[in-house]
Amino acid sequence: MNADSKTSQPRDSMIEVNHIHTRFGAAVVHEDVSLTIDKGEVFAIAGGNGSGKSVLMREMILLQQPTGGDIEIFGQNSKSMNETDVSTLRRRCGVLFQHGALFSSLNVAENVAVPLREHTQLSKRLIEELALLKISSTGFPMASVTKYPNELSGGMRRRAALARAIALDPELLFLDEPTSGLDPLSAAAFDELIQQLREWFRLTIVIITHDLDSLWRIADRVAVLGNGRVLGIGTMSELSQSPDPLIHEYFYGPRGRAAKEQAWNRK
Amino acid sequence: MNRPERAAEPMPEHTGRIFFAPDGTLGCTGPWTLEHLADLERQIRSLPKLSTGRLECDVAAIDALDTGGAWLLQRTLNQFEHNGCTISLHGFANDFATLMQTVARSGSQTEQLKPLPSSGWLERIGRVAWSYAANIHRALAFVGETATAAFSLLNHENRIRWRVLLHNLQVDGLNALPIVGLLSFLMGIVIAYQGAEQLKTFGANIFIVDLVGIALLREIAPLLTAILVAGRSGSAYTAQIGTMRVTEELDALRALGISPMSLLVIPRALALVIALPLLTVFANAVGVFGGMLIALIQLGVTFTEFLNRFEYAIVLRHYLIGIGKTPVFAVIIALVGCYQGFQVFGGVDSVGRHTTISVVQAIFLVIVTDAFFSILFNWWGL
Repeated sequence: MNADSKTSQPRDSMIEVNHIHTRFGAAVVHEDVSLTIDKGEVFAIAGGNGSGKSVLMREMILLQQPTGGDIEIFGQNSKSMNETDVSTLRRRCGVLFQHGALFSSLNVAENVAVPLREHTQLSKRLIEELALLKISSTGFPMASVTKYPNELSGGMRRRAALARAIALDPELLFLDEPTSGLDPLSAAAFDELIQQLREWFRLTIVIITHDLDSLWRIADRVAVLGNGRVLGIGTMSELSQSPDPLIHEYFYGPRGRAAKEQAWNRK
Repeated sequence: MNRPERAAEPMPEHTGRIFFAPDGTLGCTGPWTLEHLADLERQIRSLPKLSTGRLECDVAAIDALDTGGAWLLQRTLNQFEHNGCTISLHGFANDFATLMQTVARSGSQTEQLKPLPSSGWLERIGRVAWSYAANIHRALAFVGETATAAFSLLNHENRIRWRVLLHNLQVDGLNALPIVGLLSFLMGIVIAYQGAEQLKTFGANIFIVDLVGIALLREIAPLLTAILVAGRSGSAYTAQIGTMRVTEELDALRALGISPMSLLVIPRALALVIALPLLTVFANAVGVFGGMLIALIQLGVTFTEFLNRFEYAIVLRHYLIGIGKTPVFAVIIALVGCYQGFQVFGGVDSVGRHTTISVVQAIFLVIVTDAFFSILFNWWGL
């Protein structure tokens, strides 16, 4: 990872989103969204359903072009990238999709080996070992590595997908609602896992979630999206003091209060 | 064992290296990251095997390390240790040491993993035989279930889902007209061309009518139409129902108290039973027209002559036998298509696999049934 520090990074920011506009036909998703994600932080993007969180993530990983504005990732403008740049960038990013998006025709070990096989010329044995290593570091039960995705529970599928996302030792990890659909215990365990991986592999993590517990637990900074713009950016305690009525509603709804109390009690 | 020339070499570019220094220490330098691993792996393979003694390993010059590199280093050291060396590692930066520990911990879990024993040939034969038997059982159960559902519909007429039925009639019948028409037109032309050559030599030009008429009406048009519909609609049924299974829509239907049989299977089967004979009639007409054109061009048989002879030569029973077979084909295609859809299990690749099976099985069964009909009608002297 450090080897890449040669590549110019004038500031310690991983991603800079500058005045993004996104429109689908008549529907406006982002009106003017700007934010900066620093190296080594866990940055959460929160907001209600349909506030454009997932679209913003898709734009950051270059699956979609914004209608206007720029995104700089690793100090490179997404618009000026050619094929090779994009492919290099993809190697440096890992993505955990909302429902895992494991390839259903491959078993778990093969799924995790896909990026290794595609992007490296390692021996078959080493690829297999590295895949198993990644799988075991996500806490996926090792006895199940030869199972196919449809034989797994939601939590296991999420862990397997996470193992695939970190297969290439990315510097930047995107997580799209990693804890949605998990029971509270699994969700808490998954949060812990993310913390741990971040320490082990020194990752920068962008996480999309509306799980308030997760936000309190793992996010260094949070951006709340709403009405097509960024309503507020800051730590959770800063945001919970925010005068913005929408943010207030978001954090002080019945569930928000409970999550906050819990977070305070833990401290 | 010593390879001083490699150690002394100035580094041409910044790559990961592993080598024995002149004083016998194992030196690791440069970036040990994923992009350099393939090269490092090669270097490790050419390292001399040490079997005893103390091995000093100097890793101070490693300037980048990721999990892949850490694992490779760990594995190499394990190998030396396994061969009887005692290893002392020094010079690790603090956070690299943490990474090594993490990797060693995870790695110890992966080592317990043994590959699954592959099954013997006897077991495989047994499994395949059993899966065939189970498949036949399931298919029979499905046919029975459909029949029960169909009979229950006859009793309460209002539960036939007309909207779905009409929709399927349009999609599987009306929309198939152009392709069925085009292909049977071409079929008529092909048969007439082949026949014309032979008949001309005998001067039996007018018998082109018998050839084209009987071949098309009795065999070619029904079979061609059934095969087309199997490829067009049977596959669609499998894919639709299979995808609904993957997305749990079938379970949702059941939970809402809607029987998938009455909503998905019966209307599709009924639609095909109605549409396939009609399509065949259309195919007959267009195919005979194709034959007429060639008869005129190649043999000089005018349309009037052709139609006069047609009325006289082609007995009604050929037409009826041809049309009569089609409802049976329709039931086969619809049931195979739906059945395979319900057999989908798991993910998207299962949908693809069952769609293929559905088309192949439907066409196979249609042709087998057709052969069976031929033998039967031959016995009855029809």
